[in-house]
Amino acid sequence: MTEHAESPIGTYLAVFVTLLVMTALTTWVAFHDWGALNTPIALAIAVFKGSLVVWFFMHVRYSARLTQIVVVSGFFWLLILFSFTLSDYLSRGMLPFPGK
Amino acid sequence: MDAIDATLPPPVNYLNAQHGIKSWLLTRDHKRIALLYLFGITFFFVLGGIFAALIRLELLTPAGDLMEAETYNKMFTLHGVIMIFFFLIPSIPATLGNFLVPIMIGAKDLAFPRINLLSWYIYMVGGLFTIAVIVLGGVDTGWTFYTPYSTAASNTHVVLTGLGVFITGFSSILTGLNFIVTIHRMRAPGMTWFRLPLFIWSHYATALIMVLGTPVIAITVLLVAAERVLHLGLFDPKLGGDPVLFQHLFWFYSHPAVYIMILPAMGVISELVAAFSRKAIFGYNFVAFASLAIALIGFLVWGHHMFVSSQSVYAGLVFSFLSFLVAIPSAVKVFNWTATMYKGSISFQAPIMYVFGFMGLFLVGGLTGLFLASVGLDVHVHDTYFVVAHFHYIMVGGAIMGFQGGLHYWWPKIFGRKYPEGWAKLAALVIFVGFNLTFFPQFLLGYLGMPRRYYAYPPEFQVLNIMSTAGASVLAIGYLIPAIYFAWSLKYGELAEANPWGAKGLEWTIPSPPPTYNFEETPVITEPPYNYTPEFVASVTAASRPEVELG
Repeated sequence: MTEHAESPIGTYLAVFVTLLVMTALTTWVAFHDWGALNTPIALAIAVFKGSLVVWFFMHVRYSARLTQIVVVSGFFWLLILFSFTLSDYLSRGMLPFPGK
Repeated sequence: MDAIDATLPPPVNYLNAQHGIKSWLLTRDHKRIALLYLFGITFFFVLGGIFAALIRLELLTPAGDLMEAETYNKMFTLHGVIMIFFFLIPSIPATLGNFLVPIMIGAKDLAFPRINLLSWYIYMVGGLFTIAVIVLGGVDTGWTFYTPYSTAASNTHVVLTGLGVFITGFSSILTGLNFIVTIHRMRAPGMTWFRLPLFIWSHYATALIMVLGTPVIAITVLLVAAERVLHLGLFDPKLGGDPVLFQHLFWFYSHPAVYIMILPAMGVISELVAAFSRKAIFGYNFVAFASLAIALIGFLVWGHHMFVSSQSVYAGLVFSFLSFLVAIPSAVKVFNWTATMYKGSISFQAPIMYVFGFMGLFLVGGLTGLFLASVGLDVHVHDTYFVVAHFHYIMVGGAIMGFQGGLHYWWPKIFGRKYPEGWAKLAALVIFVGFNLTFFPQFLLGYLGMPRRYYAYPPEFQVLNIMSTAGASVLAIGYLIPAIYFAWSLKYGELAEANPWGAKGLEWTIPSPPPTYNFEETPVITEPPYNYTPEFVASVTAASRPEVELG
């Protein structure tokens, strides 16, 4: 259950630098208009950065399988929240209300 | 483990090991924290009950004559907020669960005793916010805090109430976290997953919902506060928000919250059915997995609260279909309990009377849930007293019946004293009659079209409303009787031996009340759960229950 090994300081530095680069990328992207892709691009960068933090800084990479399952199920539940909510928004008007 | 330990209460147990108020307020003993919670939820149950009484009094006559409409709105809001967030959700897990989860798996305490104590303090701080709301003038949004009314129109204490709910949510998360880690990591040697009592399985499933669902309601009420105070456009259409989004976020937690209330009660019922039938639970694996199935499917059905909210027809159909699926694991449980009793050696003592009450009332509550899961019928009875009756059959008829049954069953273990059996049977009967008299007329009222949350109604509905109010009085007496004899039993009750019911389970192998660290030596489990062998049944029947009726 305990962490198998402390990750070397080099890994932390590499992750930190990557996060800084991604932040710069976010800023650069925000000053350009990508049309419909504006939100997806911003979200993709954010998800990538968040994953790095969870995976390395929060030690999930070095944790037992059970801990990893707990983390994954948290995100899976978030997916349930998003996908079922979107099942409403994306299907508005797909089927008519009876009598209308 | 088969032998009955008939020793009298040990000189030193968790109740008298330390003295003084400080020893309680700084305790890390899961059993003492369970009693702190029992104190807290009893207080809020009485408070919520007073608001219920005022609602029923107002509805005695068709005219709005006892209070003004605005006051009535505050009454039902406070009744709902207090009963749901401060009584029903913590009721069984934080009291019986806190007390029994470590003992049932052979552990000395929960995994995080300090976090356990912290959860009680957080709960009480959340409760103080709610009491502050009452003192400062109340809140009128309904316990559902629907937007845009709650963010743009209501001039009552929405933010303060929301903060109370937000804070107390963390106590729920911490309790759930503690249970999950404890059940994974602290089982005694030989206590495999399929030797766990079903009480533990249902608390495990409950803990999953607490951890996965509660953060969403916490954030949602914060968003309501953000829109109300900072005017961020989240839910109010005028600010560019969407009120239906609030309902999605709110019900994502608040529907599974129903399973936070009912799953622990189901765990209690499993223990009681086995103990009073003297049989292993029929289809143990199915009952165990049914708990997990209810927890999982419970997260996929929230849209059935939103059939008339402008939610899309497609989403309505999907949520309707998924809602029907919840009936399957629920029915598996009810059928398996019934099959357990078949040819069992049933003894009719107070706890099993609550089991019978639970099974009948949960059945009615569950089946009327299927009415409401049908899109077409729901449009007719949406926001009527039919819905009110339905969820009270689940929450009061199910969850509180289970809680009462469990409290009677484990009372001798918790306090080392027995309650008076005759009074307890009478109370169970009074509660059953009072409950049905209160809530069955509400099914009829709702079907006839009486909407919920109105302080006045057409005169033709008065007879049924009088019945309901009369039933509420009977119900109140039914809850008062146990309050009196439980308090009486603390001092005058007969001393309880270690296993007064002649039941299986680790909690009955240790003295009543248990010592501070539960077990002198860590137990080693060598037998399946509910191992009521003929020899065991014969020995306990002769030893502990001479009055038992053999079926």
